[in-house]
Amino acid sequence: MIIALFRRPFYFAETKEQMYLIGIGSLYLVILTGIFAGQGFALAFSNELADFGAKDYLGRIMTIAIVRELGPVLAALMIAARVAAGITAEIGAMKSSNQLNALLSFGIDPIQKLAVPRLLALIVMVPVLTIFCDVIALFGGYIIAVFLAHVSGTMYFAAVKERLIFGNLFIGILKPIVFSFVIAFIACYKGFYSEGGTKGVGKATTESVVLSSIIILVVNFFITKMASSFLKGYL
Amino acid sequence: MIEIKNVSFSYGDTPVLKNISFNVGSSESVVVMGPSGSGKSTILRLILGLECPQSGEICVDGLNICNLKEKEKQEIRKKIGMVFQDGALFDSMSVWENVGFYLLEHTKLSLEEVGKRAVEMLGFVGLDAKEIMNKLPEQLSGGMQRRVAIGRSLLSTAPKAMLYDEPTTGLDPQSTENVLELIDKLNKERDIATIVVTHEIVDAIGFAGRFIIIIDGQIAFDGSLEELRDSKNLDVLQFLAPFRLSFNEVLKRDFFNYT
Repeated sequence: MIIALFRRPFYFAETKEQMYLIGIGSLYLVILTGIFAGQGFALAFSNELADFGAKDYLGRIMTIAIVRELGPVLAALMIAARVAAGITAEIGAMKSSNQLNALLSFGIDPIQKLAVPRLLALIVMVPVLTIFCDVIALFGGYIIAVFLAHVSGTMYFAAVKERLIFGNLFIGILKPIVFSFVIAFIACYKGFYSEGGTKGVGKATTESVVLSSIIILVVNFFITKMASSFLKGYL
Repeated sequence: MIEIKNVSFSYGDTPVLKNISFNVGSSESVVVMGPSGSGKSTILRLILGLECPQSGEICVDGLNICNLKEKEKQEIRKKIGMVFQDGALFDSMSVWENVGFYLLEHTKLSLEEVGKRAVEMLGFVGLDAKEIMNKLPEQLSGGMQRRVAIGRSLLSTAPKAMLYDEPTTGLDPQSTENVLELIDKLNKERDIATIVVTHEIVDAIGFAGRFIIIIDGQIAFDGSLEELRDSKNLDVLQFLAPFRLSFNEVLKRDFFNYT
């Protein structure tokens, strides 16, 4: 699939369509996830921090947790649940109804026509949706900070701004890019190799969502581990 | 046009084709028959290079398709029109987009021009273009889908060979007749090699010049209608037995018409 990324022809229309389907289609999920995750996280930590008289640090903790960990992981999990299932089901159904063979018989490479536009769309849209998720979650944290934890809004945003440094932002963008590869590879692979008709497509779809969710969590751990070693001075 | 030389093929440990050989000339019309699971459809997949045999060669236009790179295979496939079982139309595209698919993908023709040619092709395959061109494949009957699929295969770079996988399976008698007439018309008017895979022997009698019967992965019969009628091969007789009544009726009616 990687080689096909750089091979002609380029399917711009399909890529644009997929970007719309993935981006706009997943936006409401990401917004809901971001707002409630941010609020829940802020609520739990504001209580803990209050015990130490450190409620002013809520913005710092929220930024580190959301931008580096929760935002990328939650957004990727939501996109995996929605998009990976769709990709696997669509390609699997095309396989079981001979449409992939029909593409081949017309001299079209199904990887190039189906997988590459989805990969490109994910590479663009997962980071964009993650940024949305981060912003919404931090805003959710702000609501809790101001109205429940009684932290001043200025203080909260000053703390957020203080932690929006290169290291955190780099990790926050690197993760969704890596996750987009994970989702695209697993979803397309499961679709192309699904067998056993409609039942097989259903099984492949479930496996695709489960596997991509687990791999996202595993990869997230290793990126965090490596980042804490390589970006020590920037965090 | 198509040469199959000593081909053996198996899916995993299950042998499907055992050392089969036959050629199909550039304007020849061949029907490949056999019971379900005898490897008929596999032959079409092998000709398209979708699978490669464990031994033997598949040559299209003198080139062994399995020795070619994927890009070169794609060029060979452009010379072959394939009508899959159930049509295999792209279900997310409208009828005209399906028919004009090759032109949309491989040429720089405008959408209007592709649409115009798709309408002409729909007319050629006997469909009312105005009524169905913007419909999705699922909104068409089985017979119409099959004819759209034939139109889609034809609206490419004038294929030198047409492969049909069970083109009449599941169709009502009227649709079956329409599809068979279309296959016959194409073979005669366009002078292209035709391979039809079917287990409906009665349907095949009308237009095929040559019959190949595959039983247990081997060629049990390869010859003309006359030779098939007179065959004493036990496997062939056994295969024909369920069709014998209708087969004889069609033979009486068509044999004299076509010879």
